[in-house]
Amino acid sequence: MSRGERVPRIGVVTFPGSLDDRDALHAVELMGAQGIPLWHADTDLQGVDAVILPGGFSYGDYLRTGALARFARIMDAVRAFADRGGPVLGICNGFQILCEAGMLPGALSRNDSLRFVCRPVSIRVETSGTPVTGRLLPGETVEIPIKHGEGRYVAGKEELRRIEGEGLVAFRYSGPDGVVDDARNPNGSVGNIAGVRNGSGNVVGLMPHPEHAVDPDVGPVGGQPLFASLLQYVGAGV
Amino acid sequence: MRYGFEVLVSLKAGLLDPQGKAVEGSLPALGWTNVSDVRVGKHIALTIEADDEDAARVQVAEMAERLLSNPVIEDFQILSASELGG
Repeated sequence: MSRGERVPRIGVVTFPGSLDDRDALHAVELMGAQGIPLWHADTDLQGVDAVILPGGFSYGDYLRTGALARFARIMDAVRAFADRGGPVLGICNGFQILCEAGMLPGALSRNDSLRFVCRPVSIRVETSGTPVTGRLLPGETVEIPIKHGEGRYVAGKEELRRIEGEGLVAFRYSGPDGVVDDARNPNGSVGNIAGVRNGSGNVVGLMPHPEHAVDPDVGPVGGQPLFASLLQYVGAGV
Repeated sequence: MRYGFEVLVSLKAGLLDPQGKAVEGSLPALGWTNVSDVRVGKHIALTIEADDEDAARVQVAEMAERLLSNPVIEDFQILSASELGG
């Protein structure tokens, strides 16, 4: 099969308490991929080209957000897939799971406002070096919604220096003009960090929800470039 | 033998604790105006079957590090070890 003809297969894991798995499947199909539902108790990834850990409240957010999902059986396969360089995207709860699993640096904690925040935000792309930003340039902004109560990104001082120094920040909350300041920080995240990647760049997580912003029939489409990038990353030649 | 433990999990010092802040902000409404530094944490009680208390305590520490707390943002303290009899 030649590059560009093959329909990429993108897996979306459903944990007990996942909410946005169907939207994520819908989003990847709308963008031209085949969505493959994956179950938390499965042990293999059915040969998918990329894995998405979707948003929601896996295991009721018990103990800490993402703390229990990280021990789901499928996570061994997800970790092995990531170790081989496979692209993994964590959205919201999926981001929290990747941080708890140690696959991404830092942690997500209670919003500084103590409120659940549900509204569109602008985020500024900080690097093209992730599976979801290959078609975007640093400094570009996209508008997509957030909806979370525990999205305040934190890390220890040393860890934060490393994250910033090694260019691991993928997205920052900003204005539509790309200006990053406290006024555009919806949850108190350190450095307005909305998403990070791992050192090799194949694992990326963010709190905002690109999968809720792809279908022109139901609203804005700021999430489309992220999925277009993902399809390109897995060789669909979008 | 069975050993009872309590694990206290708290946000690392210096990390913003919005829950603690909200509780602190509510206390003056009830007339307590002399309270500061309120921090909200977690209390986890558990019982362990082990050969001796030292072995049990080592296991509790490992569990606290790997699951009960997130070392990125939290500290833990193993509070008490009261033998429950076996």
